[in-house]
Amino acid sequence: MPENTPILEMKGINKHFPGVKALSDVDFRLFKGEVHAIMGQNGAGKSTLIKVLTGVHKQDSGNILLGGKLIKPKSPLDAQRLGISTVYQEVNLCLNLTVAENIFIGRQPMKHGKIDWQTMNKKAEQLLSEKLNLRIDVTQNLSSYSVAIQQMVAIVRVLDISAKVLILDEPTSSLDEHEVELLFKVIRKLRDEGLAIIFITHFLDQTYQIADRITILKNGELVGEYRTAELPKIELVAKMLGKELSEFSFTQRNEEREKGVQATTQAANNVLNIKNLGRRGSIQPFDLSINEGEIVGLAGLLGSGRTEMARLIFGVVKADQGEIKIKGREVNVNAPENAIAAGMGFSPEDRKNEGIVADLSVRENIILALQGRYGALRYIPLKKQNEIVENLINTLGIKTPSADQEVKKLSGGNQQKVLLARWLATQPQILILDEPTRGIDVGAKLEIMELVLNLSKEGMAVIFISSEFEEVICVSNRIAVLRDKEKIAELSGAEISAQSIMQAIAGGKG
Amino acid sequence: MMNKISLWKRFTGSKIIIPLITLAILLLLNLIINKNFFAMEIKDGHLYGNLIDILKGATPIMLISIGLTLVIATKGIDISVGSVVAISCATVAFMIGGDLIIKNGVQVPFTKFPLAIAILTAIVAATAAGMWNGMLVSRVGMQPIIATLILMVAGRGIAMMITKAQIITIYYEPFSFIGNGYLFGLPFSLYIVSVLLLVTLLFVRKTAIGMFIESVGINPTATRFSGINAKNLIFWCYVFTGFCAGIAGVIYCSNVKSADGNNAGNLMELDAILAVVLGGTSLNGGKFYLTGSIIGALIIRTLTTSIWALGVPPEIAEVVKAVVIFIVSVIQSERLRTVLGAMFSRKELAA
Repeated sequence: MPENTPILEMKGINKHFPGVKALSDVDFRLFKGEVHAIMGQNGAGKSTLIKVLTGVHKQDSGNILLGGKLIKPKSPLDAQRLGISTVYQEVNLCLNLTVAENIFIGRQPMKHGKIDWQTMNKKAEQLLSEKLNLRIDVTQNLSSYSVAIQQMVAIVRVLDISAKVLILDEPTSSLDEHEVELLFKVIRKLRDEGLAIIFITHFLDQTYQIADRITILKNGELVGEYRTAELPKIELVAKMLGKELSEFSFTQRNEEREKGVQATTQAANNVLNIKNLGRRGSIQPFDLSINEGEIVGLAGLLGSGRTEMARLIFGVVKADQGEIKIKGREVNVNAPENAIAAGMGFSPEDRKNEGIVADLSVRENIILALQGRYGALRYIPLKKQNEIVENLINTLGIKTPSADQEVKKLSGGNQQKVLLARWLATQPQILILDEPTRGIDVGAKLEIMELVLNLSKEGMAVIFISSEFEEVICVSNRIAVLRDKEKIAELSGAEISAQSIMQAIAGGKG
Repeated sequence: MMNKISLWKRFTGSKIIIPLITLAILLLLNLIINKNFFAMEIKDGHLYGNLIDILKGATPIMLISIGLTLVIATKGIDISVGSVVAISCATVAFMIGGDLIIKNGVQVPFTKFPLAIAILTAIVAATAAGMWNGMLVSRVGMQPIIATLILMVAGRGIAMMITKAQIITIYYEPFSFIGNGYLFGLPFSLYIVSVLLLVTLLFVRKTAIGMFIESVGINPTATRFSGINAKNLIFWCYVFTGFCAGIAGVIYCSNVKSADGNNAGNLMELDAILAVVLGGTSLNGGKFYLTGSIIGALIIRTLTTSIWALGVPPEIAEVVKAVVIFIVSVIQSERLRTVLGAMFSRKELAA
């Protein structure tokens, strides 16, 4: 790797959005002939940095140097003209046009005022075989090829237009293993020919397979730039979370922890027993068992399959294998209504779009699932509704002027409590909470965690999902660790620590 | 006292208030122009007058808008209702038959099938049409506007097939009672509307159906996650709209005493959609107002009547109608109301 001058340099980039500082003083360097991964949690500033680089956003301050010259890209097209091209996660090509048309769209070779199809097809074939060693029929519609090939067509297209810097934004998220390997071969070839490549992914393994260097961002700030070979995976995980390894020392909730160990020993009170449940392309088959009064946390990085797991259990997506037993009885969960009938409740991670019904009142939002279970015709009398709702508003401490207030007018934390109340009204045996603490203030977070702990004390089995390891550790008796859509470890009792979770994610045991 | 204030506040804060005011203004304008506009007279024990005419004329749209309100609340739309009216109208006319039998210079009442069966068949046919729409939207997953566009086009063809592309004129006198008859001094069709509205109101508000419909319209995903089968709910909304359009078709047919596959119910879908929107239900789905839709239908009818009464030249009549509807729609918009509300409260603070 030539360590002379970088081909691309971003210096002291600052970017404000109303209310948030998206990037503060971020530096980034990219050399010729390297694959450089940008890593970070959601909201770390990865995409903002790329958007500044490609002219989607304009930085508030800071400079971008390309080949030593100051550039000010005004739009993605402008950036492309300067030599910075991007291939996005969702291929933005036209599936109903041929491969050749897609490569040359907007700049087709012309002859006598007409498109010169022969030349175009020949050039397309040439490009694909020379640049990527790919030999395919370029007169076929793009839709007849796999997503991996489509990605490569997109790459060839931008390479042919201009290529000093190639940005690959989550290119592997919809590819299977074989396709990923195919794509990586192409990336390596391009790198060896001297192209500078920025690679954005949330798959740790893939980063280690392909990247020469890693830049880590957290909360819009630069954590550092590292050579991949010199950065152990576990340190990468720790740095993405924004902590040095030595910093982790949790004051555990010993009381609950002990109770948890007890609960696991009383195997008689098993509530949920999942065997080999899975769905191709969504999550690898997994086992999971929860006892009465137990909280099982799901931990993993973004995209590791936490949400997929919860949705599979609740029947939002259908499993294509495996079985679910509740209190020893096998249940068929094909849809949420089955899950609810079997005694489950599920609070989804996207509160606004999947959780609350914004224009309905607090009362209606709380009663919704219970009424759904009763059916539309067995109306719960208003008096009874108010009783249930008032009771839940008081127990959960929901701050609302009245039960008839539209739920959209409540704060995030209170909306979350309304969702919790919706499920508590159905008196479930198993409660699945996907990111119940996201986007709410610290006080409300603690309250919700407290509520969850109290529920488990009353005997409810809870699956608790959070991207904050601290929270999962705080409330859970056991923790299932996920990575790359697979359950890779289960920790319980004294094994539970942020370090052990991170070690599990990084792939090492102990 | 407190109770009174909150009642008053609830009344003024409700969505019904604007359509009501609009209707009142339209009626008052008519009164200013024509002092006798509100005049009623009793002939043969029947009530006659402009107001009765408006009520009677609005019947088909009121009926359709009851069903359509529910469909729109699910964030759907049904543009086939006009054609379903034509189907229902054609069916009932076909079942009664267009035969005029005169014996000894006196007309003999004649019908091919008993009246009750003829009417029932027409309503069943329209309900089946609603089932077709509901199936396409809820099972096949077509976009509502496209799904119902199919029947909007095909429905007229079906109606024409039933009438064999002829205009069937109905001479069977008992049938005309439905659309033209009087009961206790008021047009019989008004009782039909009232009963349907009342039953529907009870059905959606005294069960959880209304809440489920609103919930589906506002946030289908959250509703599904709460274990509610949105597909069935949406299906039945379309079926019910077909049923309503079927009744509207029978009344319309009885009123004009003929069935014309081409013109029966023509463009009624637009008036019905308008009635629902004027009544305060948003095309974005969610909260719905059945009574509002009825008032919406009355606004449209009053407007049409006033334009005729004022002698507005037919060339510009539609433009006048459009302008009024535009203004009401703007006033109904949530955004304008929040802006105005903010201005008001600022003034109050200043004072």
